[in-house]
Amino acid sequence: MPTKIEKDAARQAEAEAVRTTGHEWDGIYELDTPLPKWWVYLFIACVVFAGVYALLYPSIPYGRGYMHGILGYSSRDSVNAEVAAVDKQRAVAMGRIAVLPFEKIEADPELREVAEIAGRTAFANDCQPCHGAGGAGRPGYPALAAGAWIWGGHLEDLQATITHGIRSSDPEARESDMPRFGADRMLTKAQIQQVADYVWTHFYGHSESGVDTAPGEKLFADNCAPCHGDHGQGEREVGAPRLASHVHLYGDARETIVAQIVAPHEGIMPNWNKRLDPGTIKSLALYVHGLGGGE
Amino acid sequence: MSKYRVQDGALVDGGPLTYNDDVVRKFTIAAVIWAIVAFSVGVYIATELCWPSFNLGLPWTNFGRLRPVHTSAAIFAFGGSTLIGTAFYVVQRTCRARLWGPPALANFVFWGYQFFIVMAALSYVMGFSKSREYAEPEWHLDIWLTIIWVTFAVIYVGTLVKRREPHIYVANWFYLAFILTIAVLHVVNNLTLPVSWFGSKSYSLFSGVQDALVQWWYGHNAVGFFLTAGFLGMMYYFIPKAANRPIYSYRLSIVHFWSLIFIYIWAGPHHLLWTALPDWTQTLGMVFSIMLWMPSWGGMINGLMTLSGAWDKLRTDPGLRFSVTAVGFYGMATFEGPVMSIRNVNALSHYTDWGIGHVHSGSLGWVAFISFGAIYYLVPKLWNRDGLYSVRLASWHYWIATLGIVVYIVAMWVAGITEGLMWRAYDSHGFLQYSFIESVVAVHPFMVMRLIGGLLFLTGGLLMAYNLARTIAGTKPLIPGLAAAWPVLGAAPAGE
Repeated sequence: MPTKIEKDAARQAEAEAVRTTGHEWDGIYELDTPLPKWWVYLFIACVVFAGVYALLYPSIPYGRGYMHGILGYSSRDSVNAEVAAVDKQRAVAMGRIAVLPFEKIEADPELREVAEIAGRTAFANDCQPCHGAGGAGRPGYPALAAGAWIWGGHLEDLQATITHGIRSSDPEARESDMPRFGADRMLTKAQIQQVADYVWTHFYGHSESGVDTAPGEKLFADNCAPCHGDHGQGEREVGAPRLASHVHLYGDARETIVAQIVAPHEGIMPNWNKRLDPGTIKSLALYVHGLGGGE
Repeated sequence: MSKYRVQDGALVDGGPLTYNDDVVRKFTIAAVIWAIVAFSVGVYIATELCWPSFNLGLPWTNFGRLRPVHTSAAIFAFGGSTLIGTAFYVVQRTCRARLWGPPALANFVFWGYQFFIVMAALSYVMGFSKSREYAEPEWHLDIWLTIIWVTFAVIYVGTLVKRREPHIYVANWFYLAFILTIAVLHVVNNLTLPVSWFGSKSYSLFSGVQDALVQWWYGHNAVGFFLTAGFLGMMYYFIPKAANRPIYSYRLSIVHFWSLIFIYIWAGPHHLLWTALPDWTQTLGMVFSIMLWMPSWGGMINGLMTLSGAWDKLRTDPGLRFSVTAVGFYGMATFEGPVMSIRNVNALSHYTDWGIGHVHSGSLGWVAFISFGAIYYLVPKLWNRDGLYSVRLASWHYWIATLGIVVYIVAMWVAGITEGLMWRAYDSHGFLQYSFIESVVAVHPFMVMRLIGGLLFLTGGLLMAYNLARTIAGTKPLIPGLAAAWPVLGAAPAGE
């Protein structure tokens, strides 16, 4: 009893005997089957669709111009319209946030909610890549949640830092320039090691027996204290970081202190006034302030 | 020369015709090795995308340098070696003619091409790149590849010219379209100005949006003529041979060949929808992609319908099962492509992992599977073996690899649509609902799922490599009397 597959095969073979093209290559024959109807119709339908679409939308070029299409569509107009629509949606609240003082924003529940959303979104997209999730910080990028502010942690300080940036191209950017004590031969290698020993034990709070910190203390008072303060308390007016702390911009190791004294890294923060509107910047200041370190 | 030749696994007295199968054997071995390399690097960079610490903090192992190693190994090393090897195999048999030119010329194509691949991979890892996707090698390697390619084309066309068949078989139309178009694409897209004669750095002759359009005219047609036309040529020979059935429709093969060739070349701008490319160019890229749907499916119909009356062979021949599943994936990917080219769909899919899923349903499902089918068919014939070492192992390869593809594609679909939706979501106040990093966190599980899919596919590839090595090392000859050692075919039967 032949199976269905075998019966089909037999029928197929019978039909084929008369329907090949007569060519043969390495045992391969070709049937002369006509084009499947559904294939032809779908092909025609696709071509018709393409033609109609090309009439509706910008398509055929000529000379220096092109057919704009019946709908007059432009992807630039379309994206501008969408951006304008969301701008309009945000405009009232963001306009008020931009002009009102911080206390007023915080006192208004609706404005506070909008500022929270705007700040969170802008922080995640623009700040988090360097400062880390939640403002946890990374070596060279201050930990915003820790409160170890270099330029101040009040809302107005944060607004100014975000607006003008640090060592950015903005004329009102925050500028600080620590001397290159090693690279410019202001201190010898041995002296730098002594200062680092002093800072590491005295301010960073590490203990090490058998190290004489007296020479380092003297060098610190002469060279570093004018900016960083006698007690390593730092000076925000000139952006000199607080040394007497457990949070340090470049980490806790003694080598990082030596490296900073030899040839300081001078980190750059962009001035966001070119990329964000004043309302967003104030929302960001509120958000950063609320991360845990605000003053 | 022997007066015997091998046809359909039998020794026939066919006069003094022997084929140059030596170069085909070399390309087949290279293809299998490169397949393993391509899949392994793919798995490694998938791991980097799950856990960035796998970048190791080293320049040579970071994602940016290893990704082109993966794509080039998959497309040009594995795909290219399979294509050139099978082209040499098919053109000789369907023309009843030995490869044109001295064997050294074919060997030059083999070793020259392998040299190009190794140099390209080394240069990527060392940080040299033209930064053109799928055309990363710098100018001196591009010139070398041009020489190899022209030699390949000359051998191929020379063989066609001296054929002993009245007509040129359809597989050869596709192989020829692949060879000629890739030559044009490669030369135009790689027109660059070297900075110095002895330095490797060069800059593109084009700039701005024109440069982008040239790059994607190339990139899209590398898919169209390397990964589609070339492998359709493979399909048109190996499916009818393995199934022992005639091609379903000669007319369909003519109509879909010419419509595919004509329409494919215009569809490149769909890679640049929603960019600085002028709207009119974007529209043309989209409508040509829509029109491409049926020409692509013509090949699928011819491949699947050729199986009529031979579907039972799928139960017993895992090689044929690979080929037929490949045609299925081909049909799916060539439907998905036109859908993704529609402006509004592209607004969701562009820049997301959906694109990665789409390209892998084509490359794993179509390109790799049709190659596996051809390789499983070829190896016993090329080494004169009575079948594969283990049909069961090939069957395991089939199921593991198929599962791997499905896991991979589903993961990328879900990840891509998740990203697309998150990036465009606004809240009630008119703010973006999510930051970019939140979308990265959201798709992490699917990155891991993709890695699992890739691992399955690699496992299948390793099974194949083992199976083929044992097949080649085996002793059961296909044709008694022919020496079992390499190189066998074309040699005189023992005792003569």
